[in-house]
Amino acid sequence: MPAPADRPPAAPILSVRDLRTWFLTDAGPVRAVDGVSFDVHPGETLGIVGESGSGKSVCAKSIMRLLDAPARIVGGAIHFRGRDLARLDEEAIRAVRGREIAMVFQDPMTSLNPVLRIARQLVEAMTAHGRFTPAAARTRAIDLLRRMGVAAPERAVGSYPHQYSGGMRQRVMLAMGFSNEPALLIADEPTTALDVTIQAQILDLLRGLNRDMGTAVILISHDLGVIANVCSRVLVMYAGEVVEEGAPEDLLTDPRHPYTWALLHAAPRIDAEAEDRRLVTIEGQPPDPRTWPEGCRFRARCPFAVDKCAEHPQLLPAGEGRATRCWVTQAGGALHTPARPAPLPAVPRPEAAPGPLLQVTGLQKHFVLPNDGYFGQPRVLRAVDDVDLTVSRGETVGLVGESGCGKSTLARLVTRLHQPTAGRIVFDGTDIGSATQAQIRPLRRRMQMIFQDPYASLNPRDRVGEILAGPLRLHGIVDGEAAARQRVAELLDLVGLPVQSARRFPHEFSGGQRQRISIARALSVGPDFVVADEPVSALDVNIQAQIINLMVDLQERLGLTYLFIAHDLAVVRHVCDRIVVLYLGRVMEVGRAADLFARPQHPYTRTLISAAPVPDPRIERTRRHVPMLGEPPSPLNPPSGCRFRTRCPIAEARCAAEVPPLQDIGGGQFAACHFPGKF
Amino acid sequence: MLRYVVSRLGLSVVMVLLATLVIFLIANTVPGDPVLMQLGDLAASNPATVAEFRHHWGLDLPLWHRYWIFLDGMLHGDFGESLVSRRPVLRDIADYAPATVELASIAFVLSLAVGLPLGILAAVRRDSWIDHLARAVSLIGVSAPTFWLAFVVLAIFYGWLDIAPGPGRLDPVSFPPTPITGLLLIDTAWLGDWDTFRDAAAHLVLPSIVLAGSTLGLITRTTRAAMLEALSQDYVRVARAKGLRGRAVVTGHALPNAMLPVVTLGGLAYANLLAGAVMTETVFSWPGLGRYTFTSAVAVDFPAIMAITTIVAIVFVAVNFLVDLSYALLDPRVLKR
Amino acid sequence: MSGVVLPAIASPRQRWLRRYGLASLGAAIILAWALLAIFAPWVSPFDANFVDVANRLKPPSWVHWMGTDALGRDVASRVIHGARVSLAVGFVVVAIGGLFGTLLGAIAAYARGWVEEALMRLTDLVFCFPPIILAMAIAAALGIGTVNTVIAMLVVWWPKFARLARSLVITQRSMEYVEAAQSVGFGPAHILVRQILPNAVGPLVVLLTLDVGNAILVFAGLSFLGLGVVPPTAEWGAMVAEGRELVQQWWVATFPGLAILTVVMGFNFMGDGFRDWLDPHARTR
Repeated sequence: MPAPADRPPAAPILSVRDLRTWFLTDAGPVRAVDGVSFDVHPGETLGIVGESGSGKSVCAKSIMRLLDAPARIVGGAIHFRGRDLARLDEEAIRAVRGREIAMVFQDPMTSLNPVLRIARQLVEAMTAHGRFTPAAARTRAIDLLRRMGVAAPERAVGSYPHQYSGGMRQRVMLAMGFSNEPALLIADEPTTALDVTIQAQILDLLRGLNRDMGTAVILISHDLGVIANVCSRVLVMYAGEVVEEGAPEDLLTDPRHPYTWALLHAAPRIDAEAEDRRLVTIEGQPPDPRTWPEGCRFRARCPFAVDKCAEHPQLLPAGEGRATRCWVTQAGGALHTPARPAPLPAVPRPEAAPGPLLQVTGLQKHFVLPNDGYFGQPRVLRAVDDVDLTVSRGETVGLVGESGCGKSTLARLVTRLHQPTAGRIVFDGTDIGSATQAQIRPLRRRMQMIFQDPYASLNPRDRVGEILAGPLRLHGIVDGEAAARQRVAELLDLVGLPVQSARRFPHEFSGGQRQRISIARALSVGPDFVVADEPVSALDVNIQAQIINLMVDLQERLGLTYLFIAHDLAVVRHVCDRIVVLYLGRVMEVGRAADLFARPQHPYTRTLISAAPVPDPRIERTRRHVPMLGEPPSPLNPPSGCRFRTRCPIAEARCAAEVPPLQDIGGGQFAACHFPGKF
Repeated sequence: MLRYVVSRLGLSVVMVLLATLVIFLIANTVPGDPVLMQLGDLAASNPATVAEFRHHWGLDLPLWHRYWIFLDGMLHGDFGESLVSRRPVLRDIADYAPATVELASIAFVLSLAVGLPLGILAAVRRDSWIDHLARAVSLIGVSAPTFWLAFVVLAIFYGWLDIAPGPGRLDPVSFPPTPITGLLLIDTAWLGDWDTFRDAAAHLVLPSIVLAGSTLGLITRTTRAAMLEALSQDYVRVARAKGLRGRAVVTGHALPNAMLPVVTLGGLAYANLLAGAVMTETVFSWPGLGRYTFTSAVAVDFPAIMAITTIVAIVFVAVNFLVDLSYALLDPRVLKR
Repeated sequence: MSGVVLPAIASPRQRWLRRYGLASLGAAIILAWALLAIFAPWVSPFDANFVDVANRLKPPSWVHWMGTDALGRDVASRVIHGARVSLAVGFVVVAIGGLFGTLLGAIAAYARGWVEEALMRLTDLVFCFPPIILAMAIAAALGIGTVNTVIAMLVVWWPKFARLARSLVITQRSMEYVEAAQSVGFGPAHILVRQILPNAVGPLVVLLTLDVGNAILVFAGLSFLGLGVVPPTAEWGAMVAEGRELVQQWWVATFPGLAILTVVMGFNFMGDGFRDWLDPHARTR
C-alpha cells in the first residue's frame, strides 16, 4: 500500500493538545475524551481505533465542533493552521467546516437529507463557502461523482437519496467531503454500515483520493483490518485517552500496550488457521466514564499489571515513531504471546450418531410486496431461492453472504418462524417444512435460536428470571417455582452470569451480558440444535471473543449443533466446520472451512475473501486484491442464469443463459459455477 | 405520479360513498322521530296526518329505496327540502356557509402565521424563554374551552374595555353588501365599500382569534415536536459539517422534513375549523354553518343534517386527498414506496 | 480551556423535579379535583341546586366566594358539583373508547390480511366526520341527556386509539424479542398479551391521559350547546352557557370555565410529563 509520505514533514496541520470533552449531565460529568493529544501531518492518513465508548467519535466531533449539548470541550486546544479550533466563535468555525476540514459519517443511509435532491446537497456544500457559483458547483458535483465511481453522474445529481444504495450514498458523501479540497478529511467509521465488498471499494477510493489530492485523512474505525489497510499511523484509544501510537507495521505486529495486544488477539483472523476455536480475551468491561479509575485505566483488565500501575501512566515515546501509555513496556517489559485459555475438561458425551440432523432441500421463500396503489402486478422478492443445506450432528455450519443474500430469512425458515414457499426441511427425520405451528411446538425444545441485536432480542419489560423461566414453564420442563428458580440459576451460571441477575431487567446489562442472557434463554429448553443469527456482529471485538468462547465451550459441554450466520468471514472461518456461501438467495459454494478459504472455487467466494481486510499491513501488501465489480442487484429482479454473473470477473455468455448447478468439486466441496476454480 | 393521484382519487370517492351510507343509516335508524318533532303531539295523534306527512317526505319507502333517492339527488346537487325552513337544503347551506368559510379561513391563516414560527423557534432554541412561551401558548390553546374563551374575550374587549365591536358579522347600522361570494371582506372590497369592509374586518378580529386558539396550540406543538425530531437527524449534523449557516441548516434541511407531519395536521385542522366553529358562532351570534347545523340537529331536520354531514365528509375526504398529494410532493419517498 | 466553569451537578431534588415535576403537578391538580368531586356534598358551602331568587347575581363575597347565578344558586357549589359530571364523563369515554379502540387496533395489527384492512377502513370512515358534528347529530337524534351524549362521543372516540395501537403493535411485532418468544414456542395470544402489549403501553398511556382532558372539553362543549346534561344538573359547560349573556355578571360564566381550563391543563401536564419521560431525545438530558 503506498504510504503518501514516508516521513511526515515537520509541521503538523492539526495538533490536538490535552483535549477534554465531557458530557455535562445532571448526574455529573461523563469524561468521554479526557486528555487526548496527537498530531496530523499534511497528506497523512491517521487511524484511530478503539471500542465503543473509547471516545474516538467524540474526539472527531470535537475537532469539527459538532458537539451537541450536553457535550462540551472543557479543556485543551485544537491547533489547526494557526488557530485554536476549540476557541473559535461559531462564524469562524463555520468557515473551517466543510472548507478546510470535512467529515464523512458512519451511516450513509441517514446522512443524506431524504427530501432534497443530491445535486442540491452537493452544490450547497460548495456554495456555502463562496468558492463556486451554483452553476460551476453543479458541473463540479457531476465531475466529483464520476471521480467517486458513481455511474451516470448526470442522472444521479437529479435523483433523491432513496434511489441509491448505501455504498453509492457513501460515495456521494465522499464527493461532498472532497468538494472544497479540504486539508483534512475525518472519516468516522465510513464503512461500518456497508458490506465487505463495498467496504473494500470505498477504502480503495479513500486511499486513491488521499494519494491524488494530498488531503490528510483521519480514519476512525473499530476494525484493525480497515485501519491497517489504509493508514500510515495509528492511535489506539481506551477510556477517553490515547494508549498507544505508532506505524501499523509495528503496532499491529508488536504491540506495546496490553490493550492493543488484547484487541489484536481477540479478533479472529481470516488468514490464519486456528488451532483452537477459543480466542484470547481479557476479562471484564471498560471502566465507567463518570469515574475513571485512579491509576492506569486498563489496570483492572490487564494481564500484565504490576504494582506501579496504581499510578496513572503518561504517553511516552517507546522507540522510533512510537509511544505507549504503559508502565510495563516503558520499563522495557515484553508482552508475551498469549496462552490460549485451556479447553474445559472434556465432558464425555455420547458420540452422536453420524448423519444429518437437518436436511433442507429445494427451500424457497418468496415475499409478495404490495405495489403502490391498487394497480399493477405485486412484486415478488425471492429471498431464498432453491437452497439445499445439510447440517450433521455436532458440527457447526457457517452461513455467509452480504446483506440481502437471504441468510437471516433462511435462519427463520429453518426454525420455522417463517413459512416456506416451497421445499422440504427435515429435522431429525421429521419434515417440518409444511407443519403447523402447533405441530412444531414440541420440536421447539430441540431447536433454538440466538438473535443478532442484544438490545432488541430481550423483552425490556421482563426480568431476566422471567425471560429464562417462561420457556421452562411453557414446556413443562420443571416442576414448581422452586425448581424453576434452581434451573434459572444453573442457566445463568452456565453462561457466566451471577445468580442475582435473575432479579434484574435487561437494560441493566451491557451488550455482551445481554447476549449471554439470550444464549441462556435458547439453552433453557435443552436444545440440541441452535441457529445463531449474527450473534456477535453487534459486539466489540473483545466481547465478541468472549461470546465465541462461550459458544464453543457450550458446544463441547452440551454436544450442540450450530447453524452460525455471519457476515464477518474471519469469525465464520474461525468458528465453523463447514461453510455455505449465499448470494441473492442462492447457494454459491459449500465446503469445509479450511478448504474453502484455501481454495475457493467460486469467483464470488474468492472476491469475498479478498475483500476482507487483515489487520497486518505486511500481509495486506502481499495479498492479491480482486476488485469486486459494482453493487449487488436487487433481489426483486435478479439476473438471469447465474445470479453472480453481473459482478463476476470471468462471466461468459453461457452464465446469462444457464443456471449453474451446485456441482461436486471433490473433497466435500461444491460450487455453483460453470467454471469452478478457473478464477 | 399520475398513477398515485388516480389511485388516491379512487379511494377518496369510495370513502365518500361509504360515508354517505353511514350518515344515511345513522339518520334513519336512530330513535328520534321527525314526525313527532315536526307535527307536534296533536297532529301526530291523527293517523291520516302522520301518513300524509310520511308519504310527503318519502318516509314510507323501504330503506334501500330511500338511500337510492338520496344518492340520486345528491349526484344532481339536490339534498331535498329542509323540514324546518321548507327551502332546498342546499340553498340554506349556501346562505350560511360563507360566514363560516370566512371566519375559519382567517382563523386558519392566523394560527399558521403564529404557530409555525413559534414552533420552529421553540425547537431551535430549546429550553429558552421562547420555548417556554410556545409551550404555554400551546397548552392554553388546547386546554381552554372555545366557548368560554369566546365569552371571556367578548366580556373584556367588548363589554369592559369597549374597544371591539359586539357580536355579529356587521354593526346593525351597516348595510350588508349584495352578496357576490358571500364573504364580506371580498364582497365589500370588490364593491369599494370600505366603511363596511372595516366594520366587517373589525367584527372578525375577536371570533377569529378565539377560533384560532386550539388550532394554534396544536400547530405550535406539532411543529415544535417535528422540528426537534428533524434537528436530531444525522443529515442535520452533515449539513452543519458542510459549514452551512445555522439558519440554512434549519430552513433548508430540518424544516422540509418537519413539514410532513405539520401538513397532515394542518389539513385536518382546517377541515375541523370549518366544522367546529359552532361554539364560536354561538357566542358571537355568527350566522354560520355551525349554527345552522346545530339548529337542524336539535330540530331533527334530517335532510339538512344529512346534507351537512355529507358535505363535511366530502370536504374531509378532499382535504385528506390534498394532504396525500402534498405529501407526495414534499417527500419523494412516498411515490417510490 | 481554563476559563470553563463546570455547571453545578443538579441536586437529587432538582433532578426529581425536572423528571417528574410536570407530571406530578398535573397529577396533583387532577387529584384535587377528583377529591372535590367525590366529597362534593360535604365540601361545597351550599346545596348546588338551592334557588334563592332574592340573592340572584350577587358578585363574589365571603359568603358566596364565586358569587351567585341568575337563580341565586351558589356558583362555587355548582362548580364543585360540576366536577362530578365532567370527570366521570371524561374517564368513562376514554376508558371505554380507549379500550375498544386499542383492542381493535391490536387485533388488526396482529391478524393482518383482510381483517386488518377492514378494521382500518372502518376507522378511516369514522375519521371522515368531524367529531363535534357527528356527536351533535347523534346526540340530537338520540335525545338530550348525559348518557346519550356519552354514547354519541363513544361512536367517534375509538378510532384514534385503534390507529395508535395498530402502529405500536406493528412496531413491536417486528422486534427480535417477539421472534425469540415465537421460537421458544409461545403462542400468538401469549405473545400479544404478555410480550407486545406491555411494551406498547407507554404511548397509549400518554394518549389516554391527554385524551381525558379532550373528552372533558368536548362534553362541556356539547353541554354548552344544550346537548349534554339536563337542567338543573350542575355542569361546567352548561353553566358557561347560562352565564354567557351576563357580561356584567362575569363570575357566572368565568369560574366554571376556569374549572374546565385547570382540569384539562392538569391532564395535559400529566400527559406531557409521561411523554417526556418516554421520549428518548428528552431522556439524554
